[in-house]
Amino acid sequence: MLFFTRWKAAAIVLTALVVCLFALPNFFTEGMAKRWPALAQRHIVLGLDLQGGSHLLLQVDASAVRKERLQSLTDDVLRVLRQVRIPFTGRAIVGNSVQVRITREADIETALSKLRELSTPMSGILGTSGQRTLDVNENGGLITLTPTDAALTERIRQSVDQSIQIIERRINELGTSEPTIQREGIDRILVQLPGVRDPSHVKELIGKTAKLDFRMVDLSMSAEQAEQTRPPADSELLDGENGGKVLIEKRVLVSGGDLVDAQPGFDQRTSEPVVNFRFNSTGARRFAEATQANVGKPFAIVLDNKVISAPVIREPILGGSGQISGRFTVQQANDLAILLRAGALPAPLTIIEERTVGPGLGEDSIKAGMRASYAGAALVIIFMFVTYGLFGLFANIAVIINVAMIFGILSLLSATLTLPGIAGIVLTVGIAVDSNVLIYERIREEVRAGRSAINAIDAGFSRALATILDSNITTFIAAAVLFYIGTGPVRGFAVTLGIGILTSLFTAFTLTRLIVAYWVRLWRPRTVPI
Amino acid sequence: MRLLRIVPDNTRFDFMRFRRISFPVSALLSILAISLYFFHGLNFGIDFVGGTLMEVKTKAGPADLATMRSTLGTLNLGDFHLQEFGAPDDVLIRISEQPGGDEAQQQAVQRVQKALGTDFDYRRVEVVGPSVSTELLAYGTIGLVSAIGAILIYLWFRFEWQFALGAMIANVHDLVLTIGFMSLTGIDFDLTSIAALLTILGYSLNDTVVIYDRIREMLRRYKRMSMPDLLNVSINATLSRSIVTHLTVAISLLALLLFGGQAIHSFTATMIFGVVLVGTYTSVFIASPILIYLGVGTSRMGGAEEHEPEPEPAATAPQRARARR
Repeated sequence: MLFFTRWKAAAIVLTALVVCLFALPNFFTEGMAKRWPALAQRHIVLGLDLQGGSHLLLQVDASAVRKERLQSLTDDVLRVLRQVRIPFTGRAIVGNSVQVRITREADIETALSKLRELSTPMSGILGTSGQRTLDVNENGGLITLTPTDAALTERIRQSVDQSIQIIERRINELGTSEPTIQREGIDRILVQLPGVRDPSHVKELIGKTAKLDFRMVDLSMSAEQAEQTRPPADSELLDGENGGKVLIEKRVLVSGGDLVDAQPGFDQRTSEPVVNFRFNSTGARRFAEATQANVGKPFAIVLDNKVISAPVIREPILGGSGQISGRFTVQQANDLAILLRAGALPAPLTIIEERTVGPGLGEDSIKAGMRASYAGAALVIIFMFVTYGLFGLFANIAVIINVAMIFGILSLLSATLTLPGIAGIVLTVGIAVDSNVLIYERIREEVRAGRSAINAIDAGFSRALATILDSNITTFIAAAVLFYIGTGPVRGFAVTLGIGILTSLFTAFTLTRLIVAYWVRLWRPRTVPI
Repeated sequence: MRLLRIVPDNTRFDFMRFRRISFPVSALLSILAISLYFFHGLNFGIDFVGGTLMEVKTKAGPADLATMRSTLGTLNLGDFHLQEFGAPDDVLIRISEQPGGDEAQQQAVQRVQKALGTDFDYRRVEVVGPSVSTELLAYGTIGLVSAIGAILIYLWFRFEWQFALGAMIANVHDLVLTIGFMSLTGIDFDLTSIAALLTILGYSLNDTVVIYDRIREMLRRYKRMSMPDLLNVSINATLSRSIVTHLTVAISLLALLLFGGQAIHSFTATMIFGVVLVGTYTSVFIASPILIYLGVGTSRMGGAEEHEPEPEPAATAPQRARARR
């Protein structure tokens, strides 16, 4: 147990040294470390509870995704049946399906086969091979088309991917430092904004779907009439700018998806804040056609199903650019420009979890964590020295290197350090000491049983190490489970605890033994000063 | 130098004698803890029941809780709770989960912020909607149960089944008593509490395993010693280590409790109770005697050993001979 070849000893010291070195980058600022090699630049990331910032968990509204799918399915059914000129009635969305009744029995076969073409096979990437996107059934002339669950899940997944890109664009405009935007699970997005103390602006930007449409105002009846009776089949009532309702045609003339740029600006005549926009060629053409056909009539600019302005078309707009004014403040005009540039979210996002820590609390937490660490470490070091003397000193050296190694590994992994994480490190100091205590108590016992100094030390190490392994593994299992089920700060605790156990196993098995072995070799003691 | 010996060498304390007391006492405490859980309940944090938590600090002077309470009372928020948090100008506001799903929680936050105005610095805002809270609760419970299961399996491999079962009973007992403690003191029960419980489990087992390891060694060495005697010998042999280790862990936790700040206060307090107080007690007074009841070493009659215990290596023989003379 006390015999180390030179190579082994060198390897142990080198490993410990290298791992500790990885902790160094944390003490230098970004600027100073820029010229070092990539590996040396990795450093610990401070959790949001230590550096301050906001953590938002967003969920895609699955029912909205489903509704939109059903809506476009209805449109598809209309298109297909018109193409083959099959008369039908009762085309409607019922529950989770689209239903349509074929009037002539002779047409049922054709209609069924044509509608079946709408269902496409899904690719097999995520275990969906062999599945199709639609279930099409027929019963006595009534054809029901239902999107499969697999298809919906796939659509939600795609929404999340799209949404992540759009959110990234929106948030990047705000200039927050290093935001994290990533998928979590099938239908959730995690947004982390370090340093943001008031996330309300970000929440506003993320909360808006920003679907922009240009449609005609329906002048066939007034909004009040439509409210009292029923709006015509192809129009709907939407909230207007003044709080009242406006009757708008459902047909979309130009959609916001064709926008190529949007910039905040000021109206030349009224000096009001406005948003200047520009279409791509498709959008410009459609816009030109629409304005040419409807000179003198009001057309509505609809944002998220709310009419923000309804100017009258004075002349055809052929250049594909225009202006949106809606009694905006400068901030609102800015925000709208950002939203239009970034694009519309495919489905609304809801914030299901938010944790925001202000920088004040973050700083206090760091200070508290540091104080507790120093106090704990100091007390333990004193205690060990008083109880075990010289060997206590060896244990202390091992523990200090242990903590340095923990920081080194955390840096290497670019792991996140949270306040519970710091608690984990303090706890690890207590646990790491246990390994040494086991060894030393065993040595004491062997001395009492009559062994010589060297044999007692040797026996102490060999007997104790098996126990150390067993006992640490149980705590490690607990840390592993905690890592798996935990989130955020709790996960940080599991990480430092787990890493701490590994490093303390390493130091107990190698470092302490090495130090004691060299001490024995140099001093050749007769008795063990323990 | 004279070293600190907290535990004198060669203690021969008869721990097993107390098993007739310790088992009933533990059973009683466990029943007490369980009934506390069911009748008094745990103070579930927003992680598990949803809701909003805000830590606000007044910009000037101590906080006027009464005024704050009446201001918030007009907002129709349902159940809410204000308390001082660590300092007179620091207030913790807790609002129960609003009906209306995830969006309603956000709206509630906005209303509160508007009502409190600019006199306050928002140190921390945490909002957990219904979707996330049910998940966290499920994960927390599953986590605890699977940790217990995983450790049980591990112990089964390393020791005989009686040891695995004994360790499990002792340590689940630890968890039960700790939960009772949390119920009694009304400490916030949130995700960090689950972290504390898991750590208590892991660490307490750490302790039990050390004793079991020694018991196993003794069982191999002394073939005839009666179980109570053998257990006593084992515990006495590991007593010094146990006390020293528990002291170091207690010191670390004490440092955390005193200096770690209010944010992890409940976490640290739970750990101290579970690891230092309860953990020590169960390792000695429950985990060891339970082996007797589980049938370990039933064939032991007690009495003198047939042959000398494990011969020592030759190198020390002359030393022993010298000492005897």
